[in-house]
Amino acid sequence: MREALNLALGEALAADPTVFIIGEDLADPGGGISQVTKGLSSAYGTDRVRDTPISEAAIVGAAVGAAVAGLRPVAELMIMDFISIALDQLVNHAAKARYMSGGLLSVPLTLRTAVFGGIGSGATHSQTLEAWLAHIPGLKVVVPSTPADAKGLLTSCIFDDDPCVMVENVALYGTSGPVPEGDFRIPLGTADIKRSGDDVTVVTYGRTVRDALSAAGQLAEQGVDVEVVDLRSLVPFDADTVLGSVARTRRVVIAHHATRFAGFGAEVASVINEQLFGQLEAPVRRVGAAFAPIGSAPTLEAAVMPSAGAIADEVRGVTGL
Amino acid sequence: MYELMVVIRSCDERIRRGLSGGEFACTYWPATGQEAIAAALGTVLRTEDQLVTTYRGLHDQIAKGVPLGPLVAEILTRRAGVNRGKGGAMHISHPQTGLVLSTGIVGSGVPIAVGVALAAQMRGTDQVTVASFGDGATGTGSFHEAVNLAALWNLPIVFLCQNNRYAEMTPTVQAQPVADVADRAAGYGIPGEKVDGNDPDAVHTALGAAVHRASSGEGPTLLECMTFRLWGHYFGDPMRYIPEGELEQARNAEPVARYRHRLIGDGVLDEDGADRIGERARVSVDEAFAAALAAELPSPDDAFVDIYANEGR
Repeated sequence: MREALNLALGEALAADPTVFIIGEDLADPGGGISQVTKGLSSAYGTDRVRDTPISEAAIVGAAVGAAVAGLRPVAELMIMDFISIALDQLVNHAAKARYMSGGLLSVPLTLRTAVFGGIGSGATHSQTLEAWLAHIPGLKVVVPSTPADAKGLLTSCIFDDDPCVMVENVALYGTSGPVPEGDFRIPLGTADIKRSGDDVTVVTYGRTVRDALSAAGQLAEQGVDVEVVDLRSLVPFDADTVLGSVARTRRVVIAHHATRFAGFGAEVASVINEQLFGQLEAPVRRVGAAFAPIGSAPTLEAAVMPSAGAIADEVRGVTGL
Repeated sequence: MYELMVVIRSCDERIRRGLSGGEFACTYWPATGQEAIAAALGTVLRTEDQLVTTYRGLHDQIAKGVPLGPLVAEILTRRAGVNRGKGGAMHISHPQTGLVLSTGIVGSGVPIAVGVALAAQMRGTDQVTVASFGDGATGTGSFHEAVNLAALWNLPIVFLCQNNRYAEMTPTVQAQPVADVADRAAGYGIPGEKVDGNDPDAVHTALGAAVHRASSGEGPTLLECMTFRLWGHYFGDPMRYIPEGELEQARNAEPVARYRHRLIGDGVLDEDGADRIGERARVSVDEAFAAALAAELPSPDDAFVDIYANEGR
């Protein structure tokens, strides 16, 4: 996936002189902590692939200012936990500038950040926080699960006229898959059915798609046909695809790596209950991280973070197996 | 500059009069006392130069050229306001005149202004950006991160601190370990200067030099203008935290009467001429208020417009 992201960034830099990248440790020879921006500063210069001091508020604030002034900044916050330092800029300014100005201002800003959970980084370097952002009117929030989606979503975010946050995951950077060439864009707000099935719908996104597909593989051996709906975009939210799938399967599990309590899955569950209450064969079930910080030890991570096994268990629960 | 100062004072007074008489209701952070700084801003900056200011921004907004009628309508949250009644007094934005935006979170406008200046530098324009903020902002992390970045990148920006002696209810002297805000410039390797912010000529000279430095590629300046906020943090502030005598002293040093006195003393204006300027300001302010008061509030449907560019959710 890192190559797909690199491709999207490079093509955007080549296509539009107003696009630039700003963040910590992006430039060569380092090329970014996860190598996503590798080669870009050599190709496009350190003016457009711009390293900053460790200053998350200024990175996002400067990106907001540059966006308001008509550029298309792509800001990077190395690890998602660091977004806490930049939330004022994102929530109070980027998200609301268009609204508060009565439409005079536009903030075509893309913010990329990555979840580092699962590699023993501990409680301040492992959080999955997209629910914070989906809660804010004015922001768009996307979470890719495949290299192709990463390229298509990132390109759409960069050329979107609203502030978009792309939540990546360190566990996916090494994954491979086909990536369309050229200007490939996935419209924001379109979910994708990653596996078709008739018995149960698993609604998920990001890193958890892989776990859901793995659970679906296990369950197929037991005769349960699972459909995996990858939201790809939380805001805008593709309720039609979710409701269409669940109306057909009448059983649903919602899964994400973020904390289950008050997670985005709760919103999805509510939408399903409001629209399909009488048609469901079983109550909506949810899988997410347990309500605890994520400790550094592998045993603690495993105790809190969800797994393919947990998704399979909940699917068995809604099918009565 | 005198005329600008008088219009600002007249408008601020009119808002406070309307609020105390119950003629209208809105939240408001009075700017009276800080007119001299704005007058210098308004005359030094060109339309294409950019200004980011704060919720206490009436003086800066008028000085930058935001049209009075739509500005007053916005403060009174009318649909005819510059921002369709959605920004209110705290969040005025008028990019047409280079008033990029006004922020309501102390310190937050400084990084945004740095981004505006970065855009100008990257595009190779000769625009200068001014970040206008109070003494309170200089204690925030946003201020430090932003000034550091601007100094590092040699951006065409002026950090204009309107030191009005109080950050909300806390005196500046209780909130900073250095004598002056301008002293902090040394930590970023940029020039820092402190001037009498109630003297429009002094501010004009210092700001002119800082803007010149910015536009000729010499980077940022931190300019501290000493002034006083004569009506407290918010409209209705009882100002119990201000020691006895201090307010009276500050009122005696207020910039509008002082500048009028100087201009008349220097023979630039006579009493009649100064009165005519005052009368003209009152008439234009009264017209703006009459129009705004007759204008409609936004409709409930307007609450759902301009959340996104394509209105998708």
